[in-house]
Amino acid sequence: MGPGLRADPVSFRLYPYARVPDQDAPARRHAVVVVGGGPVGLALALDLGRRGSPVLLLDDNEGAGQGSRAICFAKRTLEIAHRLGAATPMLDKGVVWNVGRVFHGEHQVFEFDLQPETGHRNPAFINLQQPYFERFLVDAIRTAQAEGAPIELRGGNRVTAMTQEADHAALEVTTPDGAYTLEADWLIACDGAHSSIRDFMGLEFEGRVFEDNFLIADVRMTAGFPTERWFWFAPPFEGAGKSALLHKQPDDIWRLDFQLGWDIDRAAELAPEKVRARVDAMLGPGVEYDLDWTSVYTFQCRRMRRFRHGRVLFAGDAAHQVSPFGARGANSGIQDADNLAWKLDLVIRGLAPDTLLDSYCQERGSGADENILHSTRATDFLTPKSEISQIFRDAVLGLARRHAFARSFVNSGRLSEPCAYDGLPLTGADALTDGPARTRPGAACVDAPLADGFLLDRLPGEFVLLGLNAPLPDLAGMEGITLHRLALDCATDDPTGALAARYLGAAAQAVYLIRPDQHVVARWPDAQAGAITAALRRAIALKG
Amino acid sequence: MPLILDPNIDDADGFYDELLAAHHGLTKAESDALNARLILILANHVGDRAVLRQALEVAREK
Repeated sequence: MGPGLRADPVSFRLYPYARVPDQDAPARRHAVVVVGGGPVGLALALDLGRRGSPVLLLDDNEGAGQGSRAICFAKRTLEIAHRLGAATPMLDKGVVWNVGRVFHGEHQVFEFDLQPETGHRNPAFINLQQPYFERFLVDAIRTAQAEGAPIELRGGNRVTAMTQEADHAALEVTTPDGAYTLEADWLIACDGAHSSIRDFMGLEFEGRVFEDNFLIADVRMTAGFPTERWFWFAPPFEGAGKSALLHKQPDDIWRLDFQLGWDIDRAAELAPEKVRARVDAMLGPGVEYDLDWTSVYTFQCRRMRRFRHGRVLFAGDAAHQVSPFGARGANSGIQDADNLAWKLDLVIRGLAPDTLLDSYCQERGSGADENILHSTRATDFLTPKSEISQIFRDAVLGLARRHAFARSFVNSGRLSEPCAYDGLPLTGADALTDGPARTRPGAACVDAPLADGFLLDRLPGEFVLLGLNAPLPDLAGMEGITLHRLALDCATDDPTGALAARYLGAAAQAVYLIRPDQHVVARWPDAQAGAITAALRRAIALKG
Repeated sequence: MPLILDPNIDDADGFYDELLAAHHGLTKAESDALNARLILILANHVGDRAVLRQALEVAREK
C-alpha cells in the first residue's frame, strides 16, 4: 500500500482498496456511513441495504482481521443472520456444542448440557472464528448487491478526522492514494473498543476496568478432545494461572485461554516457547499441535452513557464492552445492528421521526446494562477481589462437587441470551392474560416449528401482525408502514404444539404485533384495529 | 414469612456447643472456609430472597 495507510494483515481479503470517484470530487453526501467492517458494521450495512437504504461502509483494513477473536455465536445471532440470508454457511462451518465441564483443580465440579429446547431452527450456540463470520456476512452483502441492494464497501479507507454539523457529519478519509472528504447524514460508529470516532468526539466510557490479563492460544491439533467447553478454576497444570478454558473451533483449531494476572510482561508471555510450555502442560505429554494464533488481552465492563450523539450513533464494542465470559460481546453487537437497522431505515424514509433513534439508545443501553451486570458478576466469581470473596468462591466450588444447589452459584460466564425491552417506550401493553412470559411484549420472538418451516422464517424484517386462532382485522392507513399479516391456526400449523405453548399458554387465541427485529410490541386475546394502530404508532415513536 | 429473630432452636446451648465443636482443631483458614460453606448451605435452605436480604441487613448491624 502507498503512503498514509499501512493495512494490517487480514485473514480474508474481502474488499480490496479501489479508487472511487468520491476521491476526486468535493465532499459528497451519503445517507448512511458505517465506520468499521467487523461483525456489527457488516450486519448493519447488510440489513440497511436489504431494506433499500443506501449505505457506505468504510474499513481501514481490506477484510477480516487476523485471529479467531469472537468464537461463540448464540442462537439469537444466528436467527438474525438467517433473516439477513447469511446463516447457512455459518451453520455449515460452525461447531455445535452443548456440553460444558467445570473443574476445580484436578476435580470435575460438575458438567452441564445446554440441552437446547427442540423446535428451533438454530442451535443454542456454534463456535466459529470471527473471520469466517465476517466473510459470510460479506458474501451475503455481495449477494444482496447483485440483487440491487445499495451497499458499498470501501476497504483501505481510514477515517482520520470527523466533525459533526447540524444536519450531517463531515469526514476526512485517508487511503493509499491520499485523503478525501465526504459527508454523512447519519454516521454509525462500529469501529470497536478503540473507536476513533469516539475519540474524535471526545466521548468517554463509564464503568470498570478489570486488572487482569488473559492469554489466548489457538492451537491446531487432531487430538481427540471432545467438542465440549472445559473450564478450570485453579487449573492443576503448570503455569496456567488462575483459570483456564479449552474450547473447540472449526478446522481442528482449539481455543485455549489462560488467566495470567495483572503484573505481567506481555511480550515475554507471547514468546512462542513460553506459550508452548503452558499448552504442553495443559494438553499433557505426546499431544502434537501447531500454534495458530496467540494474543494477550485485558477487558473492561463499561459503556458510553449515550449511544446517540445527534447524527452519530455507536454500536457494538464502540458503545459498550464486556468481559468475554458469556459470549456477550459480538452477540450483543449483532443485536445492536438488528435494533438500529429498521429504525434508521424508517427515519431515512421519513416514515418515523428521528426520535425513534433515541429508543435505540434506551433499548440497547438496557441490553448493555444487562450484559455488563452478568459479565461483571462472572468476573467477580472468576477473580475474587478480596480475601472473603475468595473464601466464598472456593466454598462454592467445594460444595458444588457434591451438592447440586451450589452449582447454581458457579459462574464461569452466563451465556448470552437476547435482551427483552421490558417497560421501555416502544413496548406496548400485555393484554394476553396468562400469556407465556417468554413472548411478552419487549421480548424477542421465540422460534417454533410450523407445518412448513419455522415461525421466524415468517417474520421477514417488517412489522408483522400475527394471529393465532384469531381473525385479523382489516387495517387501513398504517402510517405508510408495511404490515405483514400472518394468520396461523394451531390445528393445522402447529404440528408439535410448541407454537401454542410458546405463544398462547393457557389462552385459546392471540394476536401479536411484532417489530421488524422480531421483538414483540404488544399482544391481545383479540385485536381491534384501533389498539393495533396505537401500538404501531408507539413502536415507531409517533406521538398520540 | 419474615426473618425469625425470636428464639427458634431447641437447646440453644447444645447447638452452640456443636457449632464450636465443628471448628475444633481447625486453622483460621479452615474455619473461614467452614463458615462460608455453612452460610451457603443455610442460605439455600432458607431460599426466600426477602428473608435472606433481611438477614444480611440484621447481620450488618453492629
